Amino acid sequence: MVVNEQVNITTEKTKSPHIAGSSLKISVKELSVFFGKTKVLSDININIFERKVLAIIGPSGCGKSTFLRSLNRMNEEVGGNFTGKIIFDDEDIMKLDPVYLRRRIGMVFQKPNPFPTMSIANNVVAGLRMNGFRDKKKLKEIVETSLRQAALWDEVKDILHESGANISGGQQQRLCIARTIAMQPEVILMDEPASALDPISTAKIEELIFELKKKYTIIIVTHNMQQASRVSDYTAFFYMGKLIEMDKTIKIFTDPELKQTEDYISGRFG
Amino acid sequence: MERRLVLNKTAGDFAGSRSEYKLQNFFKKSKGKKRVTFLTKILGNKNIGDLIFERLTLLFAMLVFFLVVLMGWEMYSNSTLSIKTFGLKFLITSTWDPVAEVFGALPVIYGTFVSSLLALLIAFPLGIGVAVFLAELAPGWLEKPLSFLTELLAGIPSVIYGLWGIFVLVPWLRDSVEPFFQNKFPNSPLFQGAPYGFGMLAAAIILSIMVLPIISSISRDVLKSVPNTQREAAYALGATKWEVTKVVLSNAKSGLLGATMLGLGRAIGETMAVTMVIGNRPEISASLLNPSYTMASVLANEFTEATSDLYISALIELALILFIITIMVNILARLLVWSTERKWK
Amino acid sequence: MEMKFPMKKFIFYKRRTANFVMLSLSLLAALITIVPLVFIFYYTISKGISNLNIDFFTKLPTPVGETGGGMVNAIVGTIILIAIGGGIGIPVGIMSGTYLSEFGKNKFGILVRFFTDVLSGIPSIVVGVVAYTLVVIPMKHFSALAGGIALAILMIPTITRTTEEMIKLVPQSYREAGLALGIPKWKITVMIVLKTAWKGIATGILLGLSRAAGETAPLLFTSLGNRFWSTDIFQPIASLTVYIYQYSTAPFKDWNDQAWTAALALILLISVLSLVFRIITRSKYKA
Repeated sequence: MVVNEQVNITTEKTKSPHIAGSSLKISVKELSVFFGKTKVLSDININIFERKVLAIIGPSGCGKSTFLRSLNRMNEEVGGNFTGKIIFDDEDIMKLDPVYLRRRIGMVFQKPNPFPTMSIANNVVAGLRMNGFRDKKKLKEIVETSLRQAALWDEVKDILHESGANISGGQQQRLCIARTIAMQPEVILMDEPASALDPISTAKIEELIFELKKKYTIIIVTHNMQQASRVSDYTAFFYMGKLIEMDKTIKIFTDPELKQTEDYISGRFG
Repeated sequence: MERRLVLNKTAGDFAGSRSEYKLQNFFKKSKGKKRVTFLTKILGNKNIGDLIFERLTLLFAMLVFFLVVLMGWEMYSNSTLSIKTFGLKFLITSTWDPVAEVFGALPVIYGTFVSSLLALLIAFPLGIGVAVFLAELAPGWLEKPLSFLTELLAGIPSVIYGLWGIFVLVPWLRDSVEPFFQNKFPNSPLFQGAPYGFGMLAAAIILSIMVLPIISSISRDVLKSVPNTQREAAYALGATKWEVTKVVLSNAKSGLLGATMLGLGRAIGETMAVTMVIGNRPEISASLLNPSYTMASVLANEFTEATSDLYISALIELALILFIITIMVNILARLLVWSTERKWK
Repeated sequence: MEMKFPMKKFIFYKRRTANFVMLSLSLLAALITIVPLVFIFYYTISKGISNLNIDFFTKLPTPVGETGGGMVNAIVGTIILIAIGGGIGIPVGIMSGTYLSEFGKNKFGILVRFFTDVLSGIPSIVVGVVAYTLVVIPMKHFSALAGGIALAILMIPTITRTTEEMIKLVPQSYREAGLALGIPKWKITVMIVLKTAWKGIATGILLGLSRAAGETAPLLFTSLGNRFWSTDIFQPIASLTVYIYQYSTAPFKDWNDQAWTAALALILLISVLSLVFRIITRSKYKA
């Protein structure tokens, strides 16, 4: 069995695969993230393509979530800072208002976090209402379309006025997805969205991702490799703060370039 | 007419509905580029609303900070007359004569400390006892209501304690307790003088009741912050419940001292109840039965009557001394409580 | 075994006795604490209830010698005083508490936290003296405003620290959910975080208000007291607590009796205050 120490971590810049028929949405260049003096990510180069699903895999603590959270500048809310560049639709995200940026790049978290002080309906349109959109008729419409898109409508249509905290975990997570798509973002970041859920809810979320990628660019962090292989178009493998290998999902899971990737995927370490 | 048509046509592009047009307009505005203004050039990539909000809350936090500084400064600047006139004599002489305009605060400083320390003498063992009972012994169903009751004791207004002191406690002390002690210890200097009821003893008892909830509730928190591993370790050695409690108490020593100091701080500054029962006479006497006076009581009684500048200035100096003493006692107390609670984090 | 080591048995009994004695003492301490509480409530109710009638809540105090009359001016005065105090103290407390929990993880935050604790330990009479020099001297006369400001200063530390503690209990995930939706942080803080923490904060406010309602010392030379009807905040105003003080130390039997009634009324007022507050802050959803 290969032991971690003997693994030679590649420092080569990993080229993202080109995906035919899709244009570049986000381009990450030489990204390093620091928390205080600790370097959590170093020199990441990734291209992210429009309306495709990118899965990010790797053992816990490898910086997957940190990477995801740098894309919508969430890290700086908890004291992180970065060097390098993230170009989103030809614009440097550091030159954008973070609030505006996050309206275009939505995020779904590991643990479902609906607002407990709001009803289910208000949870869905929280982003719209709190940013000043008050057209009641349209809001009502958006509640329904978003919940339908999140495959939750039939389950909650009669309890729309109950608290968002009163439904099951799986439903809560789909509520959070509905809340995110109600803002009509261009990109959706998903941080292990199914890890706190039971298998049936997980299957529903995966189906949902399949539907959502017709409209949105999706980046999903997961520690579940089956999930990555099921839902994603291409996959990036992170290890100890570095991008080890990135390729089309089918290639990564059947014939990876590097032994290290192969070891992780076959469950030999991590 | 033409213009309306154009508008309708624009709205028509968005799935034919006016509200959809509104929504897309809203998205365009809320996601579009931030307008570059003078402000955004300074602020860079921060959100302006957030920055304003942060600064606004900062302003209020600074207000709290400056309030304390302002209080000290106000009292200092308003008491300079007295400070210059009497200097150190203010603290070490015993004549408090508003008519002759001679002010020596020693008797009231003495009265303040003696009444507070006597109160602690009563409240400390009781408060720790209650805390031990609440933190270590009481079953869950009893702990909550009992904690509630002690908190209720802390919530009773000081003036109601005073009222109760005047009409219930003082007569009882005058008619039963004080004569009893005088008969038992006829030669003790502690029980000399006529038993008025009003005096040091009454003040100390009232104060002890008032600081007891502070001591007990903070001590309880301190005891609870001692981790259970300490208790389990002692039990594992075959200790009885009391022996376990002793281990916990010795672990929490400085925190318990801090709780007592907080009680002391409260007792030193307590005004109404003391004013109503202590007798209000600036004398230094060993007897518990004699009237006495505290700094806070002097302020309560004489502030509105003070007419000359020097008199007011002397009273404000008294307030300044009270301010400094309570701040020092409180800082020390907080540090002690903090050191114990932090030990286990 | 026991025959061989009599000493051991002796120590065992000694330990058991010590255990029993000390534990009983602590129970006794707990019981003794309750005694004054029972006494004070018993006397306040039994002595106060005889004069508690409609007149007390509707009439003004009578001059010395005349019986009857009420304290409607003092009840209204107390409400006005705590309204002024709350009007100033609540926003300051909530805002500075928000600063401490959301932005106060720096040296200045520690300093403010420390000063808040210092402020909470300052005797109320000293706060009264400062309100006197700050408000009464420049305005040249006693006023309800001066009393209200003194009460505000006394409320601020309680409200600040409860706000901070309660906001800290709101999980970070709610904030992140809001941030991820592109909601500005200030809106998240006001509309989500404060709303979630509202119940706890309201308890702190309630505590501050009811303590303020029971304060006497800081009012003695700020709002002073008033035997007549006044709602002018720039004039001296009556308050229940100052009445209790003056009536209980006066040498007239019927005034002394009314002091007890005023005490009962004060306790009732505080209870009503907390009841109203609970009803107002009852939230639709459980946090």
